[in-house]
Parts: sequence; C-alpha cells; structure tokens
Amino acid sequence: MLMDWMRRKNIYFILSGTLIVIGIFSLVKWGFNLGLDFKGGTIAEYQTEKDVVTDEIIKRFENTDIKVSSVQKTGDKKYFLQMDPLNEEQKDKLRNSLKEVGGENLNELRYETVGPAIGPELIKKTIYAAIIASVAILLWVAYQFKSIVFGASAILAMFHDTFILIGSFAFLGHFMGAEVDFLFVTALLTTLSFSVHDTIVVYDRVREMRTKTGGSMTEMANRAITETMVRSLNNSFTILFMLIALILLGGETIRWFAVALFIGTVSGTYSSPFVAVPLLVIWDGFSKKLKARK
Amino acid sequence: MLTPLRKVIIIFLLTLLAGYISLPHETPFKFSFGKFNVDKKIVRPDLNLSLGSYKFEKKFDLILGLDLKGGSHLVFEADTTKLSEADKKTALQSLRNVIERRVNLYGISEPNVQTSAFEGKDRVVVELPGVKDTKQAIGIIGQTAQLMFAEVGTEEDPSFFNPTDLTGADLKSAKVSFDNNTGKPVVQIEFSDEGGKKFAELTKRNVGKPLPILLDNYPVSQPTVQEEITGGSAIISGEFTLEQARSLSIQLNAGALPVAVRLVEERSVGATLGAESVAKSIKAGLIGLLMVLTFMIIVYGRLGLIADFALVIFAVLTMALYKLIPVVLTLPGIAGFLLSVGMAVDSNILIFERFKEERAKRKFADALEVSFGRAWDSIRDANIATLVTAFVLANPLDFDFLHTSGPVRGFAITLSLGIAISLFTGIVVSRNLLRVFIKESAKGIAQRAKE
Repeated sequence: MLMDWMRRKNIYFILSGTLIVIGIFSLVKWGFNLGLDFKGGTIAEYQTEKDVVTDEIIKRFENTDIKVSSVQKTGDKKYFLQMDPLNEEQKDKLRNSLKEVGGENLNELRYETVGPAIGPELIKKTIYAAIIASVAILLWVAYQFKSIVFGASAILAMFHDTFILIGSFAFLGHFMGAEVDFLFVTALLTTLSFSVHDTIVVYDRVREMRTKTGGSMTEMANRAITETMVRSLNNSFTILFMLIALILLGGETIRWFAVALFIGTVSGTYSSPFVAVPLLVIWDGFSKKLKARK
Repeated sequence: MLTPLRKVIIIFLLTLLAGYISLPHETPFKFSFGKFNVDKKIVRPDLNLSLGSYKFEKKFDLILGLDLKGGSHLVFEADTTKLSEADKKTALQSLRNVIERRVNLYGISEPNVQTSAFEGKDRVVVELPGVKDTKQAIGIIGQTAQLMFAEVGTEEDPSFFNPTDLTGADLKSAKVSFDNNTGKPVVQIEFSDEGGKKFAELTKRNVGKPLPILLDNYPVSQPTVQEEITGGSAIISGEFTLEQARSLSIQLNAGALPVAVRLVEERSVGATLGAESVAKSIKAGLIGLLMVLTFMIIVYGRLGLIADFALVIFAVLTMALYKLIPVVLTLPGIAGFLLSVGMAVDSNILIFERFKEERAKRKFADALEVSFGRAWDSIRDANIATLVTAFVLANPLDFDFLHTSGPVRGFAITLSLGIAISLFTGIVVSRNLLRVFIKESAKGIAQRAKE
C-alpha cells in the first residue's frame, strides 16, 4: 500500500508553521523562565527538625539583605528556597535563621549559588556548540548524499525541531514553571542530533531508490516515507518509553530535562517525513522549473 | 573465518566477563517467600592477580559524580587583570598547584582541581567529594595567605608597619601546636636556612619591640621580641580556634596564592539527596528497560526476543566500560545512558523492518542477511551524525570555547559511548545471535514440515 504523503504537504507546513508561531509568540510574550545557571542566584534545600510554615520563612527574611523569592515545601520537613546570590556570610545568616525557626538540627541537602557572570558565557558556549554541530552535520549529510539540498533540508528540519522545543519551553515555562537551564541546553543539542539521525534514515531510502529504481522525487518520497514509517514510530516508542519512565520516576532534578528530550524526540520523529522530505520535493520542483525556463 | 556459532560463544564469554565487572562489589539479596527467608550478600571478589613480580589489582568500582555521591563543586575566578600574558600563564599554573596542595592537606580524598578560561576570564574549578561544610573549605582555598613579618614604624607612630623581606616564602613548614601556658592553639612555623638567618637578624634588631606578623596585610599577632631567636622557628599566636589554626597551617604549608581569587559558583549536594537520585534513576531505568523489552517482543516476536538479548548484553557491556575507562557517572550521565538504551534497539528495528520487506521476496535466512546489508548504510550514516553532536558536546579535546565541565559533558560522554557500543551490539551481536538461533530453528521448522 503506497500512500500519497506528499499530496498533503501544505497541511504539514501549516501545522509546523502554527506550532512555531505559537512558540515564537510565547517566547516574545513571556520569555524564558531562566534557571539558576543562566540568571545567577542561590537555591538551597534544607531539612529541618520540625515542621515550619513556608510563610514564616519568607517573613523571617523580610527587611534583611537576603532576598528570598520563593520557598517551597518539597517533602517531609524539606524546604526549597530561591534567593538572590548569597555570599558566605549571608549563607551563615540564612542557616542560623532557619535553625531558629526549624530547630537546631538543620540538614543541608543541596546548596547552589551561581554568580551573574556565568550565564552569558553559557549562552555563548552553547551557540558555538550548536554552530559547530550544525556545520559538521550539514557537511556530513551533503557528502554522504552527494547533494547540498539534502544537507540543507536536513538542517532546516533540525531547526524546525529546535524552534518547537524552544517555543514549548517558553510556553511550559509560563504555565508550568519549566526552567531553562544547563540541562535544557543539553536536551536542545541532543534534539539536533536525534532529528538528523531520523532524517538520515528516510533520506537513505531515497538515496537507495535514486540509484536502483529512479522515478520522480514525489514518488520516491512517498515510498521512502511509507517504508520507514513503522520503523520511525517503533524507534521513537522505545526512546519515549525510557523518557516516560524518567519523567515519572526519575526525580525532580531531571524531570524537565526528560520532558525536553520527549518533546525533541516527538518533534524529531515528525519532522523527518513531514518537514525534511517535503522540503526535498519542493526544492526538486523548484530546480526543475528553473531548468525549464533556461 | 569464524563461524557464527563460535562468534556467539565469544560474545557470550565477553558478556560474562563484562557481567563480572559490572556487578557491584556487594549485592544484597533479600526476599522472603512464605516461611522461606533469604538474606544474603553476593560479594564479587576483586581482581588480584600476581604474575611473578608483576601484580595486577583492580577494584572495578563505579565512579559517581558529586551530584550522586554528595560533595561540593566550587568555582573561583582569579584576578589576573594586572598580569601580563606570560605572567598570567605561570600564575594560573601555580595557583592551581597551590590550591591542589591546600585541598590535599585539608585531607579530602580524590579532589579534582582544574583551570578553565573563557574570553579573558580565568577560573579554577575545585571538586571536593564528600565535603558538606563548604565554609571551611572555601576559607582554606580562597585566602591568599600571604604571610609577612613587619617591623613597627618609628617610636612616635608605632601603628605604622614596615614590611620586611621575611615572608611566607621563607618557611619550611608549619604545624598546629598548643601554647604551653594558655593551652590555646597556635601555629608553629619553621624557617628555611635562609629564612632562619633573616629571622635571627630581624629579632636581634628588634629586641624589646613588637614584631607584627601580617597575613594578607592584616596583623594576626604582634609578639614582643624578648631576645634574638636563632633556632629558625617561631610561633604565631593569634586568638585562633583550633579550626583556624589548622586552616592557617595548611595555607602556609601549601604556599600563598599568586593571585587573589573570588568565589563565583558553588554547588553542593548532600549524600542523602545523591543516594535518592541514584535509587530513582535505577528504578526509572529498570522500568523503562522492561517496557522496551516487552515492546520488542510484542512487535517482533522471536526476533524481538533476540534483540532483547542483544540489548541486555549492550547494558552489561556499557556498564563494564564505564568502570574500565572509567567514566564519572553523573545524573545527566545516567539520563544519557538510559536514552542510549532507548536508541540502541534502533538498529535492530531498522533491520527487522527491512526484513519484513525482504521476507516477501526471498528465503528466511537470505532475507535476514540481505536486511543486515541494506540497513547498514542508514545505521552508519545516522549514528555518525549523532556521534558528531555528542562529540561536540563532550568536547574531548578540551577546547575553551566549548563546555568544559558540568552536566552537559557527563551526558554527552555516556550518550556517545552508548551509541558506539549499540553499533556493535546492534550489528555484530544480534546478527550472530539471529544467525545461530533463528536460522537453526528455521531449519528445524523446515525439516519438521518435510516429515
């Protein structure tokens, strides 16, 4: 059974376009909910001896030089605090105040403080990494498929997934408090590689047909998608199983990281047949028109 | 040429060896079944070979990162603005060495001290496993600890200090001791020969006068010289607590920092939180793995079962390699490993899907071989693209303009290792397993059909 996938390519583009527009809208309107790594600050988690009302902790630091922005209860007598960056003296003060409200026996589970200088650096390093990886992948795909069009389309599909992921995190950040941190960046770059990984599998079929059976680009595209569809879905399922397990059971620290990878995997799977391949077909039609004019 | 059966035997032995390495040193084994109670520990013996005079010992322990076993990650920024490019390099090198000496003297096992630079900012990253009280550690590492002996100024204005050429560089060693009279902790210092001479000279010149001892330009004590001291040793007695005296002696022994440093980043995780993360990841990993294994059997039946074997072999081999290399396992690193488990079956899925098509055209065994051949191109190209990205993220060549530490790297290292190993298990292992088990049984089915 051969489905004419390419007939509906405009629908795919409209769907992708809509999602990207929503993403850009979210990003412009709400921006990112930046995590500690990017905006600097202090987060700390303590276990106290006795139960404390979180408001009491916030009240305690009013009119002091410790600017607490939020206190969350994370478990049995466990409290998670977010503050402006503290120095060592202020850290002492913080601990002492917590001892006063929560009892002498204070257990520091986690303490992280990042100066404001680190964030911009991370962004730069991430951009460098993304550029190097993109160029390397572009060259590799172009070389393997002996066509810059294949390389460029794969990269465009990759950017599509990147935008979807970035947009969804602006959206999730606003509505569910998803933070953009070091791990999000890692997930973003992993999405780059997964996206291309999946695209190459479909392109490989087109390459094989090009040498063996030939045919119009649309025909080849339709067959390639039909033949790889089950594989793409099955492969994504196995990855998604792992990620679902991580999201549900992996703990707070890597939950949003797993969510980011999840979105990246879904988008990466979608973009191979419905963005990367239609782009090939469009390029092909475009270059044929150009040739016909000559 | 090895037959597939032999290859399978080799793979089996390799897996056994890897399994031995992967096992934790002690595995508690506890369950009860009605009246039947088992509470045992399986202890894996460590490797301890001796061949003549050559001894080979290996413990095969998994190395956990600070976020899993607990500890502190400190980043100091060095103030190198006043230094020339050439001086900067040596200053940073010696800064690293001094900090490393201080950390070692502080008594932390397996600390990690490294420098990193990015766009003119020079940093020292210090990783202290197991340290929870960062305050003291930061104090010890961060203080410049420039020791200096000074003479007081003129009689009219004794508050004026006149630094001499006797400094911390003239010390041979420092240690904590206790004042005979007050019982308070003091730091006893011993000068080098040169320093001893300078000190004798200095005390001779200042009999009856105070001789301030400055630490980072701040007087810690001002003993009054009773007589010339020629023994080459002295005592610094401030109002020290035992901790402070110990810190000071560590700093003096390790030497002064060549440049001032400032703490810009601190991350510490308690051991309990780390252990919780480990337990959660193991649980998530096992359940995820179970879902993948079941899925493969449901979708691909017998073939899926073989792929599952290959996947378990993949997991065992990967774990063994983590221990052998060794890879420092962090929380994102575990996520990278789990992701690679999800990706590892991809090559099998590619082959099996191909096999479904080829099966229609040719005989079972031939179809299998052809599928392997045809799927290889896409497996290779796709995985190389992923490896490229993982390589950029892992930054094995330590380029300063890329991520040099932290979670990104931990994730990328386990992910790229996972992809590399999955290429081996997806192609070599499952191919030979299929050849031996599926082909044989296919023959069996064919024969039975004839009879």
